[in-house]
Amino acid sequence: MTPPLTLPLTPSQTAGPFFGIGLPWPDGPYVVPEGTPGAITIGGTVRDGAGEPVTDAMVETWQADPDGRFAHPDDPRGSRAAAGFRGFGRCLTDEAGHYQIVTLRPGRLPTVTGAGDLEAPHLDVSVFARGLLDRLVTRIYFPDERAANEADPVLAAIADPERRATLIAVARPGTPDGFRFDIRLQGEPRDSKHGAGETVFFDV
Amino acid sequence: MTRGPLLAAGGLVLPSYPRPVGVHPPLDNPSYRSTLLRSPLRPLVPLPQRLTEVTGPVFGEERVAAGDADLTTRHAGEPLGERIILTGRVLDSGGRPVPGTLIEIWQANAAGRYAHRADQHPAPLDPNFDGSGRCLTDSEGRYRFVTIKPGAYPWNNHPNAWRPAHIHFSLFGRAFTQRLITQMYFPGDPLFAQDPIFNSVQDARARERLICRFDLSLTEPEWALGYEWDIVLRGPAATVFEREGERR
Repeated sequence: MTPPLTLPLTPSQTAGPFFGIGLPWPDGPYVVPEGTPGAITIGGTVRDGAGEPVTDAMVETWQADPDGRFAHPDDPRGSRAAAGFRGFGRCLTDEAGHYQIVTLRPGRLPTVTGAGDLEAPHLDVSVFARGLLDRLVTRIYFPDERAANEADPVLAAIADPERRATLIAVARPGTPDGFRFDIRLQGEPRDSKHGAGETVFFDV
Repeated sequence: MTRGPLLAAGGLVLPSYPRPVGVHPPLDNPSYRSTLLRSPLRPLVPLPQRLTEVTGPVFGEERVAAGDADLTTRHAGEPLGERIILTGRVLDSGGRPVPGTLIEIWQANAAGRYAHRADQHPAPLDPNFDGSGRCLTDSEGRYRFVTIKPGAYPWNNHPNAWRPAHIHFSLFGRAFTQRLITQMYFPGDPLFAQDPIFNSVQDARARERLICRFDLSLTEPEWALGYEWDIVLRGPAATVFEREGERR
């Protein structure tokens, strides 16, 4: 084993307010092409600590395919994903602070312990914006995966049920394939519940 | 030679990316006003690195069009400003090059104005400069852009606030853990001392790593000045399963 040479990392800086000139992709929100059988939409509003929509944010998602597979060489089960499935979504928020992606539901994932426990279906999310000096990372889980969510080690580690609920998307009434996932960058500074309503963000 | 596909007794063996300490700016930074309502009040929750985190999107040539790495030849005429060549390598903290990774950049024009509707700085737009570019790193992790040196510009963060000249960089690396958006600055900028974004990085040596280096040998005589800037992303910790040269 060669001892690692530790080069010091390049620090993060804010994406600022003007990434709209460089980062939008016409197909960004389409993890799968529109009309793909089984496609779902996940979207919502990004809000700040005053509850105002954040109109200059970028939301990115990364996830497994419906079989829980990744087209990536570091997946020890082999690099493989469903045809036409990119795994990655990118959407800039609009003038109402809204984003939306089109994707397939991810499958469950084995964990490193091998004890048979599984991660519930989820998407990893990065949020970038003016005022964010580093990205914020969160996860999207599904409301109709109750048993899988209850067994999920990441959700289980969040003791407060109100906080845990911020990671679970909401089914849109009347649209079986639509889910809402709002992102609250900063919660309300009420004295008794400092940060109430704030989305759980992770240190990855 | 197998790398990656490893099934240890009873479980998956995954690369592990040590968490950076003292590198990235704290999210809460009152001197940068936009953080006030946008930085979380609650502490971040540690996320174990599992399959979703140690993998990530891998893009190829389909994301880059011919000419995307030369921001000076994308329009009918040449942009105004000081033409520069900007090159360097993307490495991980283990010193390994990160090949075939997508880099996206965006920047103001030579007058300090972005081609963005929200930029109201009363400086001229340049019809020959849109300020965005992209490229893939080569097999040695090297990238190269041709562009013009961006101008400094005022902003309303505090009285008489000016951003030092900078170019925004977006990088994917090869794993979700490596995703990075940052800004590159130019050597000797007199505006560093008053800029809360540059100074949001607490460690002076880490701030220095955001500044490119002028290199006369990269300069093309009678055409463009040369600058070099290497970018270091988080790298996986060495494991007994990984041998030198195996990681692409």
